[in-house]
This record gives sequence, C-alpha cells and structure tokens, in this order.
Amino acid sequence: MSSIAISAPPRRKPAISLPRIVTYAVLIGGAAIMIYPLLWMLMSSIKSDQEIFSNPAALPNDIDLSNYFTGWFATNPSFTQYYINSFMICLGAVIGNVLACSLTAYAFARLEFPFKRTLFTIMLLTLMLPSHVLLIPQYVMFARLGWVNTYLPLIVPKFLATDAFFIFLMVQFIRRIPRELDEAATIDGCSSFRIFTSIIFPLLQPALITTIIFTFIWTYNDFFSQLIYLTSPESLTVPVGLRTLVDSSGGAYGQLLAMSALSLIPTFVVFLIFQRRLVEGIATSGLKG
Amino acid sequence: MSAQATDIVTDAPRTARRRKRQNFEAYLFLLPWFGGMILLTAGPLLASLYLSFTDFDMLRAPNWVGLTNFVDMFTFDPRYRKALQVTFVYVLLGVPLNLMVALGIAVLLNQKVRGLGLFRGVYYLPSLLGGSVAVAVMWRQIFGGEGVVNQGLSLFGIDAPNWISTPQYALYTLVLLHIWQFGSAMIIFLAGLQQVPNELYEAAEIDGAGRWQKFRNVTLPMITPVIFFNLVLGVINSFQAFTSAYIVSGGSGGPADSTLFYTLYLYQEGFTSFRMGYASAMGWVLLLIIGAFTALNFWASRRWVYYGDDR
Repeated sequence: MSSIAISAPPRRKPAISLPRIVTYAVLIGGAAIMIYPLLWMLMSSIKSDQEIFSNPAALPNDIDLSNYFTGWFATNPSFTQYYINSFMICLGAVIGNVLACSLTAYAFARLEFPFKRTLFTIMLLTLMLPSHVLLIPQYVMFARLGWVNTYLPLIVPKFLATDAFFIFLMVQFIRRIPRELDEAATIDGCSSFRIFTSIIFPLLQPALITTIIFTFIWTYNDFFSQLIYLTSPESLTVPVGLRTLVDSSGGAYGQLLAMSALSLIPTFVVFLIFQRRLVEGIATSGLKG
Repeated sequence: MSAQATDIVTDAPRTARRRKRQNFEAYLFLLPWFGGMILLTAGPLLASLYLSFTDFDMLRAPNWVGLTNFVDMFTFDPRYRKALQVTFVYVLLGVPLNLMVALGIAVLLNQKVRGLGLFRGVYYLPSLLGGSVAVAVMWRQIFGGEGVVNQGLSLFGIDAPNWISTPQYALYTLVLLHIWQFGSAMIIFLAGLQQVPNELYEAAEIDGAGRWQKFRNVTLPMITPVIFFNLVLGVINSFQAFTSAYIVSGGSGGPADSTLFYTLYLYQEGFTSFRMGYASAMGWVLLLIIGAFTALNFWASRRWVYYGDDR
C-alpha cells in the first residue's frame, strides 16, 4: 500500500481539461434553453402585438406595460377577483392540510390502535389512486350539496386529510422525534392531545413548512378540479381565468402573455425564498415538484 | 407467588383500560382522515364502479346497462382508441426521455461544478412552473405558426409548419413540454448520485476504468433504485396529464384528436357530453392501466434494480 503511495506521482488535475469545458458548455447551453421560453414570454409581454410577430426573439424596442393593464381588465370580473379567489382557496387548502395531515400523521406515528398497519397501507395505496376514478361521484355529491361555484369542493377535502403525500412526509418526520419526550410528558400526566399540541406539532415545523409550500404551489397551479368546480365568472381562479382570456383575447397575444407571466410570479417568489426547502422536500420524499 | 398473582389480576384491567383509552384517542385523531377515506375515497370509488355499469347524466337516475360502456370503449368508440394511443405515445416517449435528460444533467452537476446552486435552480424552475396554464399558453405561442421557433427556423431558410395545428406534430410539442420539466426527477437523481460511495470510483480508477466505464459499471448500477423510483412516479403522473393538452388544443384534443389525452377525453365525456357512466368506466380502466403498469414496473425491477449485496 505504502509502496504505491510512494511510487505514484502526486496526481494533480489540470485546471482546465477538455471534459471540463464540455461539461460547462453543455450545462450553460442547457440552462439557456431551459430559461429561454420564460424570458421570451416576459419580453413578449412588454411588446406590442405587431412587434411580437415582427421581432419575436429579440429584446423589445421599448418597454410597454400596457398589456398588463389591458389584460388585467380584459375579463369580467377582472383578474383582481381571480387572484382573490385563488389565494382564498390556497389559504383554505394550506390550513386544511396542516391541521388534518398532522393529526393523522401523529396517530400513525405514535399511537397504538387495532388495524394500524392495514390502515397505514391503505393510506399509502391512496397515493397511487388516480383522482379521475373518484371524479364523477365526488362531483355529483358536491353538486347535490350546492357547492359548485364555491370554494368548498376545493378546500373541504383538505380538512379531511386527502393528501396522503403530506401524511407520509409527516409520519416519517415524527418517527425521528425522540420518543423520550412523549414518555416524559405521559409520566407528567399529559394526554395524547396535549403531547400533540405542545410537543409534536411545534417540533414538526420543518415538515409543516414543506407541506405549506407544496400545498400552495399545487393548489395555485391546479387546473383540472378548478375547471370542473368553478364555472361562473365570479368564481374563477387565475388558471381558469387565464383559459377564459385565451378564448376571448383573439389575436391579442400581448395581454395573454402578460397575464400568463404575471400568474407565474407567486410560484416564482416561493421558489426564490424556499428553493433549498423545495429541493430538500423533493430529494428526501420524492414529492413531485 | 400469590403477591405476583394479585399484581397481574389488578394490573390487567388497568392496562386494558389504558389501551382502550389510547385506542379511543387514536381514532379521535384519525377522525378527519376516516371521514375523508369514507366520504371522498372509498365511497366514490365504489360509486364510480357502480356508475360504470350504467347510463348516467345527473338528471335522471342511473340506468343499469351491464358491460355496455366497457364493450363500447374497446369495440365501437374510435375516439377512445385514439385517446389510448395518444396517451401511450406520450407516456412511453415522454417518461424515458424526461428521465434520460434528468439523469444526464444530474451526472454533469455531480462533478463538483461551480455555481451548482444556480444551475440546479435554473433546471428545476421549469418543473415547478410547468404544470400551469400559463406555461401551456406560452408553449402554444412558441410553437404556433408564427411562433418564435418558426421565426428561428426561417433564418435558416426552413419553412416550417404550424407545429400546434398539424396532427403529425402537435403531440410531440407536448412531449417536449414534458421533457422540459425534468427538474424534479433531476433533483432526485442528484440526491441519489451523492449517495454513491467514493471508494467505488477510486477502486474503479485503480482498475483503470475510464469515465464511461465508471458511469456504466459504478454509477448506473448504484442508482438503479432511484431510476426505478422516478420511473414509477413518472408513469403514474404522465398517464394523468391534462393541462398542457387542454390548453394547447383549446379543450378539443385536436387537431384531429392528435392530442386527445385520456383524461381530456374523460373530461369531455363526463362534463361536456354528460355521459357520466361512460366517464366513470373510463376512470376505472385508467386505474387498471396505471395499476398494471406499476405492477409491471415492480415485477421487472427484480431483474435490473440493485439494492446492495444484503438483499
């Protein structure tokens, strides 16, 4: 072993090697391709409609924000209402997921009860269940309740812990919290509910933040269920409102792209602030970003 | 002896009582989940199974028609067959290409590059935004007749068609949009690559392995579990793709049904034609297709996924 160490010359990598250059070239070129469509949309949104076609790829001649103004008010009601609806639904969904999933996760991670393993398996199986197979009966039920065109069909399910992803995430997290904490509290006479509220829930904070971020992004970007449950003009959210604008804007691509670009900002801001957490969330639990 | 016996006698009811109390408390915690499970999952699952054997339009009571819906699907309905074909092309092409690009970029990023955080962010961002209506709108403009892609091609004297409205090409623009969103798979790959022990690479180097051999014989086998994980998730999610096809085709699945994703056809049947029995049957077949693909993936994984020597 030592003879090898002596005989082999100290290996130094050259500062710039050919494979290294290729690596950077591919990475930079790839990054440019990835980001170009988004930049193109942003640039087009500040061009006039003629310029979008006469000068599609390049920087705009001058900055014209009128597309944002006309686009915002192109629909009736305006995008103000769509954003209010979107954010209200996101808020409800976030609260629902945080409360219901943490309660469920605590029971699965810490308490003993009959059929625990079976129920846990069932919970995991629902992860693979395509929502389309539940769609028609759920729609009929919500329609009979008079919930169509309200926030309720999009929020109430979250209060019933239907997002198994987050339950699983939290169960994994709670299992890493030392049991001694619960046991000490039990000896002090704390009930399970007390243990949950004053020990587990506060310590669960990192998993809760991941849950909040992903619930927000998924709910905000969700199109399918909002398309189905929200049809009256006043109830529309940003994604369904954008679709309305697609149908009504005709050749006015500038305002369409302006509203599209604008609608990406909330997700983009969350991405900028929580990038590390998003990456961790995906890497550790396989959450689909 | 007798003291012990009395201990057991007095203790048994107490532990039983405590256990009972804990059971009760556990079920209290699980109350929301049970509610959701029964009202929003199990109930609808059974209800849609029943509806799949009926004609149902929400106005009249469901009318039992036996297997008619399923027979129609596979024998009479050309649009259903088209939807299946389109979806299979999308999944079988989109998922492997998405994973290959994700793995390729992840391997490059794993070479201790400078600016890792920035690169990772730029590559990840599209997959975070990609499912949105806004990005689908953008894609429609980019690949449209006078879109930026064709403007670019015209610089080289190529007179390209409108990619979105040409039946041969429209689906491939959606596959491309799917590939563009490889970021989350890439991040999972990157996490997997960082777990590969360095000793293995050093050992391979001593044996004289080059870059490609190290990748082929060390990296690839070691990350097969991650590839498998991404593959299973990718297949399940891609079968349910909807937004891109809906927005790019304006809800029609056109041109000539060339982008008629399975879920898009299900939506049309259920919510434009109000053939809700048929849509329920389609939902169940989708569940069976996804289940079959997932089972196939797990079965095949025994042949190529490497979980270390201990298994």
